[in-house]
Amino acid sequence: MAPRNRGAAEPAGRELLSAGDVARTVARMAHQVIERTSLGAADAAPVVLLGIPTRGAPLAHRLAARIADFSGARVPTGVLDITLYRDDLRRRPTRPLGTTELPPGGVDDQLVILVDDVLFSGRTVRAALDALRDAGRPSAVQLAVLVDRGHRELPIRADYVGKNVPTARTEEVHVQLHEVDGRDAVLLRRMEDPA
Amino acid sequence: MTGLVLRGVRPYGEDPVDLEIRDGVLAALGSDVDTDGAEVRDCDGLVALPGFVDLHTHLREPGREDTETIATGSAAAALGGYTAVFAMANTDPVADNAVIVEHVWRRGREVGLVDVYPVGAVTVGLAGEKLAELGTMAGSRARVRMFSDDGRCVADPLLMRRALEYSTALDAVIAQHAEEPRLTVGAQAHEGDLAARLGLAGWPAAAEESIIARDCLLARHTGARLHVCHVSTAGAADLLRWAKAQGIRVSAEVTPHHLLLDDERLATYDPVNKVNPPLRTAADAKVLREALAEGVLDCVATDHAPHAPQDKDCEWSAARPGMLGLQTALPVVIRTMVEPGLLDWRGVARVLSERPAEIAGLPDQGRPLEAGEPATLTLVDPAASWTVRGAELASIAANTPYEGMALPGRVVTTLLRGRITAHEGEVLA
Amino acid sequence: MRHLLATEGLDAATATAVLDTAEELKRTLLGREVRKLPTLRGRTVITMFYEASTRTRVSFEIAGKWMSADVVNVSASGSSVGKGESLRDTALTLAAAGADCVIVRHPASGAAHRLAGWLQEAGTSVVNAGDGTHEHPTQALLDAATLRERLGDLAGKRVAIVGDVLHSRVARSNVHLLTTLGAEVVLVAPPTLLPAHVDRWPVTVSHTFDAELPSLDAVMMLRVQAERMHGGFFPSAREYSIAYGMSEARLAALPEHAVVLHPGPMLRGMEIASSVADSPRAAITQQVANGVHVRMAVLYHLLAHEEEVRS
Repeated sequence: MAPRNRGAAEPAGRELLSAGDVARTVARMAHQVIERTSLGAADAAPVVLLGIPTRGAPLAHRLAARIADFSGARVPTGVLDITLYRDDLRRRPTRPLGTTELPPGGVDDQLVILVDDVLFSGRTVRAALDALRDAGRPSAVQLAVLVDRGHRELPIRADYVGKNVPTARTEEVHVQLHEVDGRDAVLLRRMEDPA
Repeated sequence: MTGLVLRGVRPYGEDPVDLEIRDGVLAALGSDVDTDGAEVRDCDGLVALPGFVDLHTHLREPGREDTETIATGSAAAALGGYTAVFAMANTDPVADNAVIVEHVWRRGREVGLVDVYPVGAVTVGLAGEKLAELGTMAGSRARVRMFSDDGRCVADPLLMRRALEYSTALDAVIAQHAEEPRLTVGAQAHEGDLAARLGLAGWPAAAEESIIARDCLLARHTGARLHVCHVSTAGAADLLRWAKAQGIRVSAEVTPHHLLLDDERLATYDPVNKVNPPLRTAADAKVLREALAEGVLDCVATDHAPHAPQDKDCEWSAARPGMLGLQTALPVVIRTMVEPGLLDWRGVARVLSERPAEIAGLPDQGRPLEAGEPATLTLVDPAASWTVRGAELASIAANTPYEGMALPGRVVTTLLRGRITAHEGEVLA
Repeated sequence: MRHLLATEGLDAATATAVLDTAEELKRTLLGREVRKLPTLRGRTVITMFYEASTRTRVSFEIAGKWMSADVVNVSASGSSVGKGESLRDTALTLAAAGADCVIVRHPASGAAHRLAGWLQEAGTSVVNAGDGTHEHPTQALLDAATLRERLGDLAGKRVAIVGDVLHSRVARSNVHLLTTLGAEVVLVAPPTLLPAHVDRWPVTVSHTFDAELPSLDAVMMLRVQAERMHGGFFPSAREYSIAYGMSEARLAALPEHAVVLHPGPMLRGMEIASSVADSPRAAITQQVANGVHVRMAVLYHLLAHEEEVRS
């Protein structure tokens, strides 16, 4: 039952984003969210940010904090665990379940923005959409990711992308966040042991 | 008959000699035996023992010929070094009358690999209610001298008293399966730590010991001869020591599996380890080995009990109790008694051959390896080790608890009154 | 985890992981209209009950269905089981028919262990839903889940298991699991209803219920089966009830926070007073509710991981 701790082993690798870059990127995404959702406008749908564990959860909180800084709007934030909806459970050791925490107002008739660190195959987002369907009925769903590394396996695209990074399949993108990893960075490294 | 000379055998594991066999008799032992016209076999270093006698064998015929027949059981016996076996009465139909015991006796003679002696039932149908016709069975051509309801206890004390009394006129012995049935209702395993954890209903040692104590007192009261089957508890050994010291005419057997195995075996729930009486604790097994060495337990008897796969490859409580034993008895005795120094080869001869022959009153079995005695003997390679495979044993059934175990000592040749019945793993009818 | 056959030998980390999963599942499903997760879609779970037990069978069935597994129920009367087919043949047939998991209730102790052996090659998981007088591991897990909800961490908590310990698979499973999780267990029963060599178990034993009450955090009452009442294990139902029944007075003697559990079905008036069973101090319906989540968690840990680690 090993957790998948992608960033825990302090991977060495090329730094794509520094701590300062990460902060600037999140800020830029916050501005984009405010603009695209007409946040604060009278006729705009209420927005909810749902982070996908592990690193999507702190990212969602950071995004909400920046949005509050820039617009004064307090966007409800929650966590959506997708483990039970994954399509790769039988390819890995048992995964412990994360906790889903929806904001008190739920997600019904709201604009839900899913937040994750890296967009890769799209399967995580597919699972998140399934999980979201069981959690309620949002008016619309959008996706915000810090890094889009390409290689999609499903027809899924992000609405907000912090940075597009062209990668090879033999490479891994590691997002590190202070809340989880003790520091902020995005690293690119070669897979030592391609499965 | 031309004669057979076995060169270099070691009687009772002692100094090597040549054995000259003529007309089914040990004609001479020594270094200058007459080889004239005889087949000479080199038996360098093989230990010679008198042929083994098993007081407790289930040959399953009639009734369960899918698991063993008198032919296959005789083969297993000969391959295990046996020259005489006592076929228990719990067949179907039960050997509680002259017809069945004569059938078993006759089939044994036809097969001719070992002397097959039928054991008669004590009570009709083993039901424990009414004495079977012991006298008729004793007077039949099978000349039954041992009676037992084995598999069940003659639990009624009055009936047991009558059986013991009645047997004195027949010069017979009553072999008791000591198990107080009221103390073993639903019992599945030795009532100990492990059975309690495994949720297997317990079989207390007291259920065995209380019957042994009772029967010893009845034997004293009646002056009859009592034989206690498959003694399995330390407490039973104490009772038997006491009874023998009193001069009570009691003898007792222990099975190879109770010498070697213990209830740790239960943990897998594999019913190959289910047996009656159950495997007891390691402490019991140790006491039994010491009691056998001391002579408190007279002999080793196999309780060879073949069972069909469907009666063993099932859940524990549905399985039948019993284990194969004829071809593994000597190796287990070597492992448990000879290797630790509890018995020498003379002791092995005593517990596997001489004492059981005496208890059963067989005049031509268990005899000393001396000139003029019957050439009924077993040649053993004590240095050989072999791995037990149930499927390779001669029995139809394969329910050996020693599957995959490497055991010491291999029976090379078995001779019954000068005739080779088994040699190098093959039977010679 | 490949099989769940017993709580004996289940390590604390695994047991805790299952309990944590059950807790998350409960939270996830709380207040939902659609109580269905896609996690075990396409997996086939077969319940094989050789003893009547609506409670446990239904709990497993709901658990499987809420996880989207295909659940097939085989009962001793409705299949070849009743025609005398051996347990082994029935199990191999069900495995060949594509069962990923067989949940078995059987009157023979060790039946689940045997089944696991026969199904080793087929790769089918086995869950013991009660075997004879041996174990009933999911009952112990749901009891532990309930106690965790009521009492928090079980380490250092004192739990009495009261009644027919000798014949109780629930008691055996609870003794192992509770002690593994750090609780202290005291068995309260007449000597006739205690297993042989219980002194070697990691528990204390008492024949005086009243003396234990003030120090307890929880009481687990065991069912007294009718055949024991007539089997001479104790003189009369009345005497048993007086000595070992969970009465109102005994409830009052428990600490304020202590909780009363019963695996059901209950013999009201005999082993537990009706007012106690229905009091908020009793967690009996909570146990049933947790049963579903715990069994979902067990299925998750058995079936939702890669084959390579299923050993």
